[in-house]
Amino acid sequence: MNIDAIQNGIVIDHIEAGSGKKLYDLLKLDDLDCSVALLKNVTSAKYGRKDIIKIDREMDVNLDAIGFIAPNATVVMIKDGQIVEKKKLDLPAELVDVIRCKNPRCITQTEQEIRHVFKLTDRKKREYRCLYCEVKASI
Amino acid sequence: MRSVIDVLDLSEQELDELIATALDIIANPAKYAEACHGKKLATLFFEPSTRTRLSFEAAMYELGGNVLGFSEANSSSAAKGESVADTAKTVSCYADIIAMRHPKEGAAYIAAQAASVPVINAGDGGHCHPTQTLADLLTIYREKGTFENLTIGLCGDLKFGRTVHSLINAMSRYAGLKLVLISPQELKVPSYVKQKLKDEHIPYEQTTNLEAVMPKLDVLYMTRVQRERFFNEEDYLRLKDSYVLTLDKLANAKEDLVIMHPLPRVNEISVAVDNDPRACYFKQVLNGKYMRMALMLKLLKEAGKINEY
Repeated sequence: MNIDAIQNGIVIDHIEAGSGKKLYDLLKLDDLDCSVALLKNVTSAKYGRKDIIKIDREMDVNLDAIGFIAPNATVVMIKDGQIVEKKKLDLPAELVDVIRCKNPRCITQTEQEIRHVFKLTDRKKREYRCLYCEVKASI
Repeated sequence: MRSVIDVLDLSEQELDELIATALDIIANPAKYAEACHGKKLATLFFEPSTRTRLSFEAAMYELGGNVLGFSEANSSSAAKGESVADTAKTVSCYADIIAMRHPKEGAAYIAAQAASVPVINAGDGGHCHPTQTLADLLTIYREKGTFENLTIGLCGDLKFGRTVHSLINAMSRYAGLKLVLISPQELKVPSYVKQKLKDEHIPYEQTTNLEAVMPKLDVLYMTRVQRERFFNEEDYLRLKDSYVLTLDKLANAKEDLVIMHPLPRVNEISVAVDNDPRACYFKQVLNGKYMRMALMLKLLKEAGKINEY
């Protein structure tokens, strides 16, 4: 399967197989009017299978959101067909305005103009908890 | 500005200091009668709580200070849609310290971030209620003389019961703790609490049978199944009478068992148990006032609003 090479844009590589769609949704890539490719279950020498997202536009992406969903991902910035930057990600220690707390009893459900903050509480389990109510994050 | 949202905001040493202050207040009340003269406590109670609010108010009056505030959201600007942060900023202009209860979890944290005076969490939904835990700790200490090598039975709603989670957190710092978790299947302690116990190598057992474990307990902490924590009335009605402590059930209990309950009780403890010398739940209420006095003194001093006490 061939996807055109990107001239100016971003490639998010090494996404854990099955997580590409979650990341696509979290980054709201559906709202873009440029070409976006979501490749699922691509053969990978390192991981066996992986997902890849290609965005055919230079833009700021939320690296914390990518690190949250795909901590092993590599984000590659491409300009004029050349790789200009490659970022290896990790689980961010804190997520700010990336996801919202789903606990109906949490103050973030009612308080106005509040930052939605989650702290990494268990790196091994990739577990984040709401700063305010301490309930575990879910997507 | 130092606030107390969770009992874990206080170190073990600070807990010891608070207990020492509370014991000194009990022994020498006159020494503290004017300690907060000219200071004002704001009690911001966005949901009703007779006991906790009156305890805070009595505590401040006994320290020679004054109290202002509201006892339900309808009589505050929250009814007009004001945010917790704005309320906290506004009240900071009037009061030297705030005690706040709110039905939403995390509300006290928001208030503490916004306020320019210390905030004490007087209960934020099912999340934390640190001053109840302080009351519990002083009660255990006064009745048992130690926090070490105790077997504590926690009975009732261990899923939503914030007092239970806070007490586990506070007691887990002391050596020799054993926990017996007694609840219906549906109201067992959440898995993250069990994981914490495992991580900290605190021995615990889970059971549905209160009578069977009674003989081994040094402390029995009863809790109420709280209607306000359920979204489904049917679940509440099915589970509310899971455990009722009667004199019969205490037949095999230790003679120096300490029976505790954060109150209010509905029917979890038979009124007949009140006359048993092991019943300590009304002592808990009194101890709560002393610990709130000690905590307010500490926070006001740290904020530079009062001198030595």
